[in-house]
Amino acid sequence: MTNVIETRGLVKRYGDLTAVDHVDIAVPQGTFFGLLGPNGAGKTTTLELIEGIREPDEGEALIFGEKVWPRNRALLPRIGVQLQASAFFERLTVAEQLRCFAELYAVPLTRIDRMIELVGLEDKRTVRTEDLSGGQKQRLSIACSLIHDPEIVFLDEPTAALDPQARRNLWDVLRAINAEGRTVVLTTHYMDEAEILCDQIAIIDRGKILTTDTPRNLITGLGAAYRILLSEGAVSEEEANRLPGVESASLDNGTLALTTHEPSPVLTALAERDALHGLQVTSATLEDVFLTLTGREYRA
Amino acid sequence: MNGFMALARAQWKGFWRDKQNWFWLMAFPLMFLLLFGFLLRDAGASKNTLTQIGSVAIIDQLPPEAKTQFDNLFDVTKTTDAAAAVESVRKGDVDAAVEQRGNEVILHYSQADQVNAARVQGTLGAFVDAANVAISGKPPTFTLDAVAAEDNSLKPIQFIAPGLLGWAVAMGATFNAAMPFVTWRTNKLLRRIRLTPVRTESLVASRLLVSVAVALVQMVVFLAVGVGLFDLKLSGSWWMAIPLLVCATLAFMAIGLIAGAISRTAEAASGIANVIILPMAFLSGSFIPLDQAPPWLQTISKFLPLGQLNEGLLDTMVRGEGPGSAMMPMAALLGFAVVFGLIAARLFRWED
Repeated sequence: MTNVIETRGLVKRYGDLTAVDHVDIAVPQGTFFGLLGPNGAGKTTTLELIEGIREPDEGEALIFGEKVWPRNRALLPRIGVQLQASAFFERLTVAEQLRCFAELYAVPLTRIDRMIELVGLEDKRTVRTEDLSGGQKQRLSIACSLIHDPEIVFLDEPTAALDPQARRNLWDVLRAINAEGRTVVLTTHYMDEAEILCDQIAIIDRGKILTTDTPRNLITGLGAAYRILLSEGAVSEEEANRLPGVESASLDNGTLALTTHEPSPVLTALAERDALHGLQVTSATLEDVFLTLTGREYRA
Repeated sequence: MNGFMALARAQWKGFWRDKQNWFWLMAFPLMFLLLFGFLLRDAGASKNTLTQIGSVAIIDQLPPEAKTQFDNLFDVTKTTDAAAAVESVRKGDVDAAVEQRGNEVILHYSQADQVNAARVQGTLGAFVDAANVAISGKPPTFTLDAVAAEDNSLKPIQFIAPGLLGWAVAMGATFNAAMPFVTWRTNKLLRRIRLTPVRTESLVASRLLVSVAVALVQMVVFLAVGVGLFDLKLSGSWWMAIPLLVCATLAFMAIGLIAGAISRTAEAASGIANVIILPMAFLSGSFIPLDQAPPWLQTISKFLPLGQLNEGLLDTMVRGEGPGSAMMPMAALLGFAVVFGLIAARLFRWED
């Protein structure tokens, strides 16, 4: 697969602070790519450098092999950008905002209805953007970034400040966008979001990319132990300790927790003893990956 | 072209949907027009008040046409109480009192109000002289015809309407450039627009189109109210006001862009715009005609864009000058537009 986005040694400094510190990223076509990191890690600045709205101090960003800086008007119709803030024209309705963007990109106005449908704002067509909820604004802003059917979509913290229900609705929209074959680049500080949505994740902290891989590889790469949780009494603590593969077992607050690096034989043994009732298996999460990489607890 | 029209339409709709704009750029200047219009409605033909004590033959026996002329100049009340009449002159309630004893016409005036006293003395004196000439039976050898230098329809409304229109347009163009660009910078819409393939020139041109259209709407409303309500009389080349307003919009938009570029918030931009426009309106004769102002003020106004605009509007709309009289003000306004525009372009920021 060809890389549609590539950065080479991107650096952006603000005074003494190096917001983006020699970032190299390659995003293959069709990937759902996540830029994950705590607030202030340099996610947004990195994204802005890739979108070509900021000038890098060093290095360069390429989209479809073309330089993005200075403003490359030939590239703009091929990328869609959703910004953190709700950047809308004052006092226009949902349909009017979309119409304006459709005309700015010179695409047929029939796209308006399709976009409204895609983000589920059918009953808000004639509502002014000032009167929309936070989640509705986010969805409209995504619709505006897709109006011209771009090949790459950039989303900067699209689910920030949304309630859990709205977040899940938006996830469905984002999956649909990616399923249509578009490359999606997303920044987020939510570990679960990155893990659920992204094919590839770059973990960024203090302006540096720490690692890039699939969520699965990142987690298994840790070599961290699995934890198997059972209700008390399913098997005794003693018996559990003797099961094949179990490294330790401890009873805590009515829950028996087993630790293992090989869950298969443990689970088989438990099944033989008919002890699977209420069983839970947890593995390492991206938070453990972050902890391992930085030595710090992850705080979004 | 698509993008240009899209931006213009979006801004045009956004503008009229904001009630603040209706108030500050339409209702507010119109309130001044109504206020000044009603206050000064009769100032052009102001009469002197005169109390007539007993019978005054020289007034009572004026021939009909002279009588009409007299009534146009004096508001006469009759009384027989001489002492009370003189007292009311002293108090300033009336400008003068007149009585006749035989062939002697006596005028009581107040030294406290020398302007009106002189005016009444002069005017009444002319009537006495005329009466003397009439009695002599000979036609007068010399006659004096005093003719106003302006169109004789030059009532206060003629000065007020163009001046206030100039102020309203200056405000509109300045605020319309300053505020949206600050708001768009803070809410990142400017960045969002920059990520579309639209040209920067289209963005500025669309703002200009909207501001010019708003200025023309202001002009139509002002003229409608002026002509309809206050009998404003437009002279021949009034339509030259249109290109004048276009040039002025360019100049004030550039000023607004500067105000917007140096402000962090829309409130600050509006404050700066006010600090520029309001004093300029006073110095440029938008509220008070400059014809009686001290020469230094008239000189200052020539160096202000609004002064040039007002001068051009007055010349073409009410002073009856030809279309050519708008050329100098237009050239000056374009000059301001270029200078301020270059500064604005230097200061312009896409991002905070």
